[in-house]
Amino acid sequence: MLLVQHASRGFANGVQALADVTLRVDRGGFLALVGPSGCGKSTLLRLMAGLDRPDSGRVSWDAGPPAPGSIGYVFQDATLLPWATAAENVRLPLRLRGQQAAESAPLVEAALDRVGLAGFADAWPRQLSGGMRMRVSIARALVSRPRLLLLDEPFAALDEFTRHDLQECLLDLQRQDGCSVVFVTHSIYEAAFLARRIVLLSPRPGRIVQEIGSTLPHGPALRQDPAYAALVAEVTSAMRQALAA
Amino acid sequence: MKAAPAAFGALALLAWQAAVWALDVPQYVLPGPAAIIRAFLAAPVLLLGSLLSTLAVTAAALVASCILGGAMAGLMASSAWARAAVLPWAVALQVTPIVAIAPLVIVWVGDPFASLVVCATIVAFFPVFSNTAAGLASAPPELVDLFRLNGAGRWQTLWLLRVPAALPLFLAGLRISGGLALVGAVVAEFVAGSGGFASGLAYRILEAGYRLQVPRMFAALVLLAGAGIAINAGLGWFGRWLLRRRGEA
Repeated sequence: MLLVQHASRGFANGVQALADVTLRVDRGGFLALVGPSGCGKSTLLRLMAGLDRPDSGRVSWDAGPPAPGSIGYVFQDATLLPWATAAENVRLPLRLRGQQAAESAPLVEAALDRVGLAGFADAWPRQLSGGMRMRVSIARALVSRPRLLLLDEPFAALDEFTRHDLQECLLDLQRQDGCSVVFVTHSIYEAAFLARRIVLLSPRPGRIVQEIGSTLPHGPALRQDPAYAALVAEVTSAMRQALAA
Repeated sequence: MKAAPAAFGALALLAWQAAVWALDVPQYVLPGPAAIIRAFLAAPVLLLGSLLSTLAVTAAALVASCILGGAMAGLMASSAWARAAVLPWAVALQVTPIVAIAPLVIVWVGDPFASLVVCATIVAFFPVFSNTAAGLASAPPELVDLFRLNGAGRWQTLWLLRVPAALPLFLAGLRISGGLALVGAVVAEFVAGSGGFASGLAYRILEAGYRLQVPRMFAALVLLAGAGIAINAGLGWFGRWLLRRRGEA
């Protein structure tokens, strides 16, 4: 669906974030990008979203350039509009594309319902917990039914239990929507729990050092599965080698 | 705790009155609070009318500052070239003493009321302008990216993101500008003297000074201080009310 070919990206301050990255994102797949801090994971995500351009190489889509709203983006912070209610925040992508409030109301209601916030449409962001704000952010990203959902360490600032809840919620949503997901994280546990493909990036400048596939069955029970622990160990070992190289 | 400022003020007034009585200070040097109240009660219509006149200049200057400051901040937010072109001149205007500019403004503008409003606007304009400019630039880059991803145009980003994001800083600037508009109006009235509007409180202070009516000078001064406090408190309340309505306070 999306192909990144030999992409490199450096910045004016001399930092080379990415070097010669080639990566395919498959339709309906769940891919996790894992690497140490500063290895260019977020830069790669921005290239995929079209928010930035590579210095060399290219990012291309099978079906031509994405239309507005066909990419959902979830940031590390929920980044909600503080002056808008939860429902107004979720409606934002539809509003920006000119959809009237009456037309978008059922979609917004359904999106909030899907992330477990059915009774919180009129709540202000400051009235919500960190986990609830992140649910609103995910609902906002999914309300326009994107083809590609990009998540940049969305659960990094949340407590362990909330993170587990949201990981399971995200898997359910992706199964229902069938969209492709690229999930940036520096948590190997999170990557192993969520993804079908785990792509390891080297320290800066980020290069793909290894890709590990997973066929483990998804679901809360996976956390107790010895195969999950083995996958975490395999990814950890590969990451250690990448860091040592 | 809330009564502390009033209690302290009452004690200070009592001490002031007692000192004036005890030391037999002449009224043309330092009148006591009782003499000031008597001076006010001797000409309440004149003094309150003058207060209204000064407040009219202040209000007009504040409105003009909001329109001008908001428009210039919007212009700067829309173009890096405009920002580079406008900012140094705005700073130059801000650092030039109004007392030095006021005589020229009064000559150029001609109409007394309008010339006072122009002078007060020059003083009051900068906080609204600089705070709004900072507010328009304060929208989180992630949200700017989100707007781009959803195909938002420049105007959509301005109206739906940058302007609402600027509101808290604009309101903070408005509160500062409210006080400065009053200061600007008073300074302009002083500079204009009898050639100006000839009805504001600053003019009453000048007039009373020429006649050695020191208690009336103080009465006018008290009214000005009260007006300044009321403007500051009123704009502060308005800001909090507006942000509370938006779920931000």
